[in-house]
Order: sequence, then C-alpha cells, then structure tokens
Amino acid sequence: MKEEVKLMKGNEAIAHAAIRYGCDGYFGYPITPQSEVLETLEVLMPWETTGMTVLQAESEVAAINMIYGGAASGKAVMTSSSSPGISLKQEGISYMAGAELPALILNVMRGGPGLGTIQPSQADYFQATKGGGHGDYHLIVLAPSSVQEMVDFVGLGFDLSFKYRTPAMILADGIVGQMMEKVVLPEQRPRRTEEEIRRQCPWAANGRAGLRPRNVVTSLELESSKMEEINHRLQNRYREIQENETRWEELDVADADYLIVAFGSVARICAKAKDIAKEKGIKVGIVRPITLWPFPAEAVRKAAEGKKGILCVELNAGQMIEDVRLSIHDAIPVKHFGRLGGIIPSPQEVVDALEKNFIN
Amino acid sequence: MEVNDIIKEENKVYCKPELLDDVHMHYCPGCSHGVIHKLLSEVISEMGITEKTVGISPVGCAVFAYNYVNVDWVEAAHGRAPAVATAISRLWPENVVFTYQGDGDMAAIGTAETIHAANRGENIVMVFVNNAIYGMTGGQMAPTTLIGQKTATTPYGRRIDLNGYPLAITKLLAELDGTCYVTRQAVHTPAAVRKTKAALKKAFQNAMAKKGTSVVEVVSTCSSGWKMTPADANEWMAQHMFEKYPLGDLKDNA
Repeated sequence: MKEEVKLMKGNEAIAHAAIRYGCDGYFGYPITPQSEVLETLEVLMPWETTGMTVLQAESEVAAINMIYGGAASGKAVMTSSSSPGISLKQEGISYMAGAELPALILNVMRGGPGLGTIQPSQADYFQATKGGGHGDYHLIVLAPSSVQEMVDFVGLGFDLSFKYRTPAMILADGIVGQMMEKVVLPEQRPRRTEEEIRRQCPWAANGRAGLRPRNVVTSLELESSKMEEINHRLQNRYREIQENETRWEELDVADADYLIVAFGSVARICAKAKDIAKEKGIKVGIVRPITLWPFPAEAVRKAAEGKKGILCVELNAGQMIEDVRLSIHDAIPVKHFGRLGGIIPSPQEVVDALEKNFIN
Repeated sequence: MEVNDIIKEENKVYCKPELLDDVHMHYCPGCSHGVIHKLLSEVISEMGITEKTVGISPVGCAVFAYNYVNVDWVEAAHGRAPAVATAISRLWPENVVFTYQGDGDMAAIGTAETIHAANRGENIVMVFVNNAIYGMTGGQMAPTTLIGQKTATTPYGRRIDLNGYPLAITKLLAELDGTCYVTRQAVHTPAAVRKTKAALKKAFQNAMAKKGTSVVEVVSTCSSGWKMTPADANEWMAQHMFEKYPLGDLKDNA
C-alpha cells in the first residue's frame, strides 16, 4: 500500500495506522467511544494481507494480558480501550512496565468516575502520567490533537516503546477518536520477520531457537537488593526518556502576555480562543504538551517567563495544572478552566475564563 | 566386574531429564510439582520441541517453574496465563505453548481467561495442578478445597453454606467445544506417573497438530499446606480427593 490521503475518524485511522506500521497483533474488547478500532480491523482483515493477528478478547483484562504475552515474545502488539476499560488494564500495564516490555495502548478517554459517560473527557491524565497501576513506573504518554496525530503516534509510540523497552500510551480524548478529518496514511511497512524479531529482541521468549540459553520474561524478583537494582534501572531509563523524548508545540508564545497550556483536542479549541482574544487586544500564547509524560516542564518554564498568568484548559477538574505549577514553581499565577462530564467548552468560554481569571 | 564397567550409556535405564536443571527446587518435600516438572521436561525433550516450546508460569508455588525447566518462559499475572498463551500461540503458530497453573490461578482468579481460551479452542496445553489448597500464600482455601477440608481460611473445615462447593473446573472445560482432550491424572504412584506422562505427551501432540485446547489436570498433594507427611498426603489424596476428582479421561476427541 502506498501513501494515501483519506477522510476518516480518529479511531478508524488508528486501525489503518497499525496495519501500515507493520503491527503484529491487536487484542481488544469493545467499549464506547473507541470500538471502531476493532471493528475497522475486522473489516480490513489484515491477517489476509500483512499477516497481522486481530482478536476480540473476552475482557479488557484478557486483552492486556494477551499483549503482555505478545510483547514478551518480541512482537509489536497493541490494545485499545476507553477509561473504564483502561482501569481494568492497569494490572497488565504495571506487569509490562515491570517486565520491561514494549507495547502500545490507546485510551480514548470518556468521562468518569465509574461508568461515567460516553462523552469526551481528559480525566485520565493522572492515571496515565502518574502510574495508574501499582509500583514505581511511568508510561510514555502521547496526546494527539488531530486524526493525523492519531496515525503518526502509532508509529512514534511503537518506535519509542521498542527503543526504551517500556509500554507507550496514546492518550486521546473522545473528540479525536470520533471526529473525521483528512489524514495522510503512510506507506505500508513490512512486518519484521521472525529472524529480525529474534535479532532485535534477544530477550524475548519465543522458543530456544538454536538451543540458545532460555529467555524468561518476568516482573518478579524476591531478593530485595536485586529488585532495587531493577527499579534503579527503570528509573535511569525514565530519566533518559525525559532527557531525549519530551515533545511539545508552541503557538505565538513570544509576544504573548498570557499563556494557555492545553493538550489534545482542547488545544485546538484554545487556538481558536487565542484568535478571538487577539481581536479583543489580549495577547495569548499556547503551549501544547505532546508528551504528557515526560511532561515538557522546561518548555513551560521558559514560555512562562515574563507572562502575567497561565490558564490550564482541560476536560477535567484540574489534573495537568499540577505539572504546570511544578514546572514554574508558582512563579506566576496559574489558573484552571475545565468542563466536566463530557461537556466540550467553546472557544468563547475559554476567552471568558481568561478574562475572568486575569483581566477583569 | 568393576562398577565402571556397569555405568555405561547402553546400560542406562533412567536418568535426570536433560531439560530439568540440576538445582535445588524451592518446593516442599512430597510436593507433586517436582514430578510434574520432570515429566514435562521428559516429554518436551523426547518430542524434540525444545526450540519451539514456550511455557507460561502462574502466580502460585509454580511461579518459579522457569528456574527448573529449560525452555523459554513468560511469567503471567495471577490467572492470566491462558490469555498470555493465546497471544504467543497465535503470533508464533509454529511454537508449542503451554500454561502451568494451580487451582487458584485456573479455577478462581483466572476462570474467565481459562474458559474463554479453551472455548476458542486455542492450540495450547493447560497443565492444571490441583492440590485443593493455596500453597504459596500459606494454605488458604482454594476453589477446589473439599467440603470439610481444613485450611487457614476454613479453620473448622469448608462449609457449603459459607464457601459453596468445590469447583471441578476440568469437568466444565470438557463441556466446551474448543477442548479436544481433557484428562485428570495423578503422580502418587509409579503407574500414575507413567499415565500422566502419556497424557502430557498426547496433549502436546494435539497442540502441534492444532486440534484445539488440551487440559491435563494433575490431582496433587500439598503436604505442607495439608500439614501431613508426604506419605500421609499421598494416602489422604487417594482416599479423599479422587472421590470428587476421579482420575481418567473426561474427553478425548483427538
């Protein structure tokens, strides 16, 4: 398949991107608002073309443990779900972090807590960036704000997770999952051969080919001194990721008096709000974190220099704002504006919030 | 004749299996795991599938099976071994994948994963070690604990009104269309050991021939958890366990 331009939903684009990346397997369980990922894969039947495995699991718990197994054998595997389902996957995510396994997990966030709502939300920020499951670990968390980024982050997520042997998460919101946009689908990449997998992942458990010494994939180590070493190894790797893989985007930051920090689809609403504010003579710049973990703390700190205030706009009650405040050590006022329960704010509401907090 | 004249390869009638590591096992004296590990090692070696076998170890006493049997292993979260095995088996169709699970792993916390993997007819082997107790955590009630059996969490004996009935999950798995071979064996006598080995071999052959899921239950002892000597535990098992968990094939479509 050559590069193609298409109009499609974010969730559908994920399915196309997975196949074209050369993903080996997808394991998932239906949940709104992301069921189109599995549905699209079943329609496209990639097992007939690239040889990719697709399986509807009996639960989110089974699906995450299927990708634990697939990743342990060296394959490029992924799962997707939405907030309540991602809660169920936390055990498996923690095991994958502990066993140092690469894999891609998509969360198309809906409102919570509990069964909540099927409407868009960003209320899983804490869960995605602060751990989610048990133990000291981090995921690489990518926040797409367009259907194109949904596609691009499949490749980026897999590449980073294999580079650092740690699971990566695409933390999308229901808006990006459900909206249709023009998207460039990349050219088909071949799936790695078994030989290539054995070379790339000499640690993987896929049979002792050539009677090599056994590979064991486990997160267990009962001897505390060894377990501490493993933890230090993970922490060193997380520091390396922080140093090398922090990503963000800036809009009109240099001339601005005020800063908006927003991620995902909300950042696009804020871009429109920035234009409305400009007409009113209020100069606003935007910092959009692309990696939520590692958080672009240094970029936020620099962007905040000389500004009068920062507004964090999120579809939650105030989660990323904690990282923003830590980034600048509360050097300037930081306020939060959020809508909850699946409500999407209009650009005008964002401008109103800016004026209410900093100007009027 | 000197001893060294007798110790020759052609005179050898028995030896430690090649795949069983020469290390101290953490299992208690009288535990069935050691025998079952030995049988697995023999079967995998004799079938010539060492290079393509992947074992999935459980949470429970056998979590460290990977330290004893020299094949590739993935250690699964509690109860999730069949899901882990499903993916590896599908992603590496030439491989032979088996799970090794205890009663808590397979019949309590992992019931859903066990039933659905078997119902999909995954081409895997499930080795189910049923000793009617939670060994690793210190002898608590298992789903397979017998009525009246004393454990750390049924100190006065398992009661139907409080704890429900022992779960014969193998019987349930035999009902599923996805299973091709379901058998219940034991390793308390030399004859039983030989039968278990034959059952394991058949199960691995089924997986290679992609006939569906094979389940080999091994009714086992836990002398520590049962607070018995190894000899008494074997006797108690034969007297009490086989009534609820009778030995023999429950299904053989292979």
